[in-house]
Amino acid sequence: MLLDAPDQEYMYSGHVGCPGCGAAIAMRFTLKALGDKTIMVLPACCWSIIAGPYPMSTLKIPVIHSAFETGGAVASGVRAALDMKGDTETTVVTWAGDGGTFDIGFQALSGAVERNEDFIYVCYDNEAYMNTGVQRSSSTPYGAWTTTTPGPEWKKMRKKNIVEVLVAHRIPYVATANIAFPEDLVHKVQKAKGLKGSRFIHIYASCPTGWRIPSEMSVKIARMAVQTNIFPLYEVESGVKYTINYKPKEYLVREYFKLQGRFRHLTEKDLDQIQEMVNEDWGLLLRKAGESL
Amino acid sequence: MKRVIEGSHAVAEAVRLARVQVISAYPITPQTHIVEILSEYCANGTMNARFLRVESEHSALAALIGAQSCGVRTFTATASQGLALMHELLHWTSGARLPIVMAEVNRALAPGWNIWTDQTDSLAQRDTGWIQMYCEDSQEVLDSMLQAYRLAERVYLPVMVVLDAFYLSHTFEPVDVPTQEEVDRFLPPYQPRFQADTENACAFGQLVPPGAYMKMRHNIAIGMDEALKSLNEIQEEFYAIFRRRYNAVEAVCCDDAEIILVTSGTITSTSRLVIKTLRGRGEKAGILKMKLFRPFPVEMIRKAISHAKKIAVIDRNFSFGASGIFAQELRAALYNTPDHPPVFGYIAGIGGLDATVELIEEIYWKTKNTAFPDEESIWMGI
Ligand SMILES: Cc1ncc(C[n+]2csc(CCOP(=O)(O)OP(=O)(O)O)c2C)c(N)n1
Ligand SMILES: [Mg+2]
Repeated sequence: MLLDAPDQEYMYSGHVGCPGCGAAIAMRFTLKALGDKTIMVLPACCWSIIAGPYPMSTLKIPVIHSAFETGGAVASGVRAALDMKGDTETTVVTWAGDGGTFDIGFQALSGAVERNEDFIYVCYDNEAYMNTGVQRSSSTPYGAWTTTTPGPEWKKMRKKNIVEVLVAHRIPYVATANIAFPEDLVHKVQKAKGLKGSRFIHIYASCPTGWRIPSEMSVKIARMAVQTNIFPLYEVESGVKYTINYKPKEYLVREYFKLQGRFRHLTEKDLDQIQEMVNEDWGLLLRKAGESL
Repeated sequence: MKRVIEGSHAVAEAVRLARVQVISAYPITPQTHIVEILSEYCANGTMNARFLRVESEHSALAALIGAQSCGVRTFTATASQGLALMHELLHWTSGARLPIVMAEVNRALAPGWNIWTDQTDSLAQRDTGWIQMYCEDSQEVLDSMLQAYRLAERVYLPVMVVLDAFYLSHTFEPVDVPTQEEVDRFLPPYQPRFQADTENACAFGQLVPPGAYMKMRHNIAIGMDEALKSLNEIQEEFYAIFRRRYNAVEAVCCDDAEIILVTSGTITSTSRLVIKTLRGRGEKAGILKMKLFRPFPVEMIRKAISHAKKIAVIDRNFSFGASGIFAQELRAALYNTPDHPPVFGYIAGIGGLDATVELIEEIYWKTKNTAFPDEESIWMGI
């Protein structure tokens, strides 16, 4: 496959991610779009490990590792310092997991984007706290097993809709992306880079270890999340202008669920219910985008 | 030029004169006047700085960690609950060797809500790797702030300048506010030894194996030792320009003293008055003023008080299940000296309760009239 993405690599080979790690793929393509005039703020997440131990680093850009809940705040400080030094060229990007975004870092993120700080916040979403061994987050989807939602206690709450929360802040740019759609991902990061103010990119990044899937299925399952409407690809400009980038109807939700060990316990009835939830969410999104089913 | 200003204002003037580039803070009584003045200075162009009005103290310090990592001079101020909320990042700041300076207004911790002075908030942060300086008056506040930047940027450790709620933060006193030219001579622009730079990409604060981690921690310990020496040198440089000097500890009438009161913060001023009266009556009384709490100036303390017959530490703070925190540290400092004097621990002025001349005199007589402390802590005025 020929990719319309820059050839330049900003990740060295030899990172410490698991085989098939979606987060590693997400980083590689994001950095291709951002280039080397980038300073990254990296709160605690799997990527704190993937980036490698002292004195090595997997990334060819400066990385400020940060406390778990500080992604929005540390980046605000970095931007302020660069502005004071007259450096308007460097892009400041926060790279956080779903836990660091939806949960513990939520306050700092909301504060930073409310101030419309000039930075890009990327959340790579593997739908649980993977660094600490697959515990549930508010991004974990309805129906999922995690180590803190075991057996019959599988998660009965819906995934928090973080994109709509960010949209409600009326920031210049919010977009979803997916590791199985690298051209779309690169295009969105480049678009974000060209804008000013707070920009938020939510990247769906599969996790073979936590989802109980074979590593070679990582990209396929990520693609199916879009193809089932579970994770639609769309962007929202200035909190109002919705654009849906991909309109599939290729798989039923149950086909995506059946491939993953984390959903093994679900009955046909559960899956029917989940299909309805997905349909409902998709309908809601279409309405916001001014489109019909 | 001498001006009559609040302690809070003295902090703000020092921040302006230090040419701080990024400020980030969250309001809490009694710190608010500091950040209100600085907001004004940033808004009206008196200062060329960015003021980040963040959504919590945790984010205030996080933002400074980001800014300082990019090589600019930074400042924050807080108190009590705000400092407690920062706790995780206090460790982070020193671990990352960032010379951030903070003004900390000593205020009691809740519950119940109490906005008055009490040192437990800052002393509870003693193991976070921050240098801590306690101030007696507003002049010392302003001067310590300037010295704090000098010291922090020399040893790459953060500094907390601590002042009493209301007794300092909201009290007007004459303060000599130096000129920009004088301060520029004392405090040159910040020249970072390391910073995040796209031309020289590095990782900061990443995963680190035990051997390297332990070495890094040892380096912080060395930095703290250096801070003690550097503070002495900095006093000389400061004196040469401003004709004022503050030592890590100040021994007042200690040479021939039989009973020495150990004090910090504004209780020191009140104690000076008490000592004067007592000396007038022929009592051999002295004061050891503790300015520096971290690093703890063990040698200087030993030298100043080992010869006394009795030591009386006045603590406006308490470590539950142990004792007053200055008393605890002082006892530890004396332990390995032969024939050291007994240490009496007095708890006074908690939650802003007035520590009066009478109360301090009572402490003196209690100490004089008791052969040996039979309690670790004596709670005064309850
Ligand atoms: C204050 C604090 N609490 C807990 C942790 C432990 N911790 C580190 S990473 C992590 C989970 C991260 O989850 P997420 O943000 O989803 O990233 P992922 O590991 O899944 O990539 C946790 C709980 C921490 N570092 N700091
Ligand atoms: Mg996660």
